[in-house]
Amino acid sequence: MKYSALSLAWNALSGHTRWKPAWRDPAPRPQYDVVICGGGGHGLATAHYLAKVHGLTRIAVLEKGWIGSGNAGRNTTIIRSNYLLPENEPFYEWSMKLWEGLEQDLNYNAMVSQRGVLNLYHSDAQRDAYARRGNAMRLNGADAELLDEAAVRRMLPFLDYENARFPIQGGLLQRRGGTARHDAVVWGYARAADGRGVDIIQNCEVTSIRTRNGRVEGVETTRGFIAAEKVGLALAGSTSLVASSAGLRLPIESHVLQAFVSEGIKPFIDTVVTYGAGHFYISQSDKGGLVFGGDIDGYNSYAQRGGLPIIEDVCEAGMALMPRIGRVRLLRLWGGIMDMSMDGSPIIDTTPVKGLYLNTGWNYGGFKATPASGWCFAHLIATGAPHWTARGYRLDRFATGYVADEKGVGAQPNLH
Amino acid sequence: MRIPCPFCGDRDSREFTVLGDATLIGRPDPSAPDALAKFTVYLHERDNPAGLHRELWYHGPGCQSWLVVTRDTRTHRIDKVEAARDVPREGTSR
Ligand SMILES: Cc1cc2nc3c(=O)[nH]c(=O)nc-3n(C[C@H](O)[C@H](O)[C@H](O)COP(=O)(O)OP(=O)(O)OC[C@H]3O[C@@H](n4cnc5c(N)ncnc54)[C@H](O)[C@@H]3O)c2cc1C
Repeated sequence: MKYSALSLAWNALSGHTRWKPAWRDPAPRPQYDVVICGGGGHGLATAHYLAKVHGLTRIAVLEKGWIGSGNAGRNTTIIRSNYLLPENEPFYEWSMKLWEGLEQDLNYNAMVSQRGVLNLYHSDAQRDAYARRGNAMRLNGADAELLDEAAVRRMLPFLDYENARFPIQGGLLQRRGGTARHDAVVWGYARAADGRGVDIIQNCEVTSIRTRNGRVEGVETTRGFIAAEKVGLALAGSTSLVASSAGLRLPIESHVLQAFVSEGIKPFIDTVVTYGAGHFYISQSDKGGLVFGGDIDGYNSYAQRGGLPIIEDVCEAGMALMPRIGRVRLLRLWGGIMDMSMDGSPIIDTTPVKGLYLNTGWNYGGFKATPASGWCFAHLIATGAPHWTARGYRLDRFATGYVADEKGVGAQPNLH
Repeated sequence: MRIPCPFCGDRDSREFTVLGDATLIGRPDPSAPDALAKFTVYLHERDNPAGLHRELWYHGPGCQSWLVVTRDTRTHRIDKVEAARDVPREGTSR
């Protein structure tokens, strides 16, 4: 059923008792053309674009829990395309363009809100770096404005401008950036993919990849073997575990990132702000909760919960930036397992195993990438060639030296 | 998380800095003919296990020792802590 004002009114008349489930719950078939492992945003978006853009039909998405139970449903929902490097900026700007048309494409309200993303700077050197990044963004067709202190004060009068150590000098603003409702993105892609015949199979864990003579044959799962000519991995923090069964040792470490949400308060922040002198970013959800986060915990982790030191660190940075939040109570906090790559950039590529495709290395920033990641991964799987915006995301770049290290910290994944 | 330092006793993890996988102490021989390939693997590829993981931690505000900690990445249970200098190195030049 197409969602519309009319269908809403119609269902209201019958007391909302006649809505159908948004996607089917099929049993796995013995064989597919393409199997996507991982029912997060990236896996579901890939299936959607494989069906919609490339016309493939026999596709399954296998998810070990329920769809969106991983990072897709745990992130702080910031979307932006404010990168510097030529490997990254065209890709993230393509993603931003897809966000701008997503709801029409999916016929689903993903609550995409272009409320702006403001990165604050606190020194002359940081201003210069931000100006350079803003120029790189504009050269790639994105929007960027460099604000001085007075302009930031007009936007956010309640920040701590008197901070002696890290005075706020201004910020780099991307007005087209903002937030989207993470669960709705998952559900919207699932519903649209399902509508084109994609089987979304939940409670189906991929335990290993079956290969023969260097070619993929299918996947072993907790619901039996499923044959497939092509297998795509979109497993975020769990990628190494499954890829190792096909003999791949990846440039990935799994780390935990925490997120926090406060009790609901009246409208307070109408944009997304990031602190430039520590790791802290914040926005306000439509329910009124302040949604914020900071650094990863720093050590390898597959536990979807973090430790107290980072909670303190995040709260300290928040207090340094906006002392006003000090009396707001924390409602919930949680963690998600990030696929941290060796240069901080993702990998969308083929592998040495024929028919096995890899989508990983999203670090703490893969939510904003969801539409373009799905688009480019589908392009790669369907055509065998990388999409032009994802040409830099090769697996062999660590050997060739063509790394895309936005932060310039080298092969130290817990610093990206 | 608390880490039982072999020199200082049981201490809060805030006192330590983590570097990563303990294979990093086994630096390849830079003068070997296959040094480039070896360093590519050494620098970038990781086992990344869900389970026991051996990793390097530095006890800066304590004994200033490099330690090899064996920790379960699913539960953060620590099974073993050794001084890095006592751990045999594989693939080193000396
Ligand atoms: C706290 C936090 C805050 C974040 N904030 C932001 C942000 O503000 N902006 C941003 O752009 N990004 C953010 N991110 C990053 C972003 O959420 C991720 O990069 C992105 O969601 C990863 O892609 P995904 O949605 O496909 O991952 P996931 O949703 O994790 O999808 C992977 C799926 O694979 C499933 N799976 C795992 N193993 C198996 C198996 N063996 N078989 C079958 N299925 C399996 C998992 O259950 C999971 O559903 C944040 C992440 C976290 C944790």
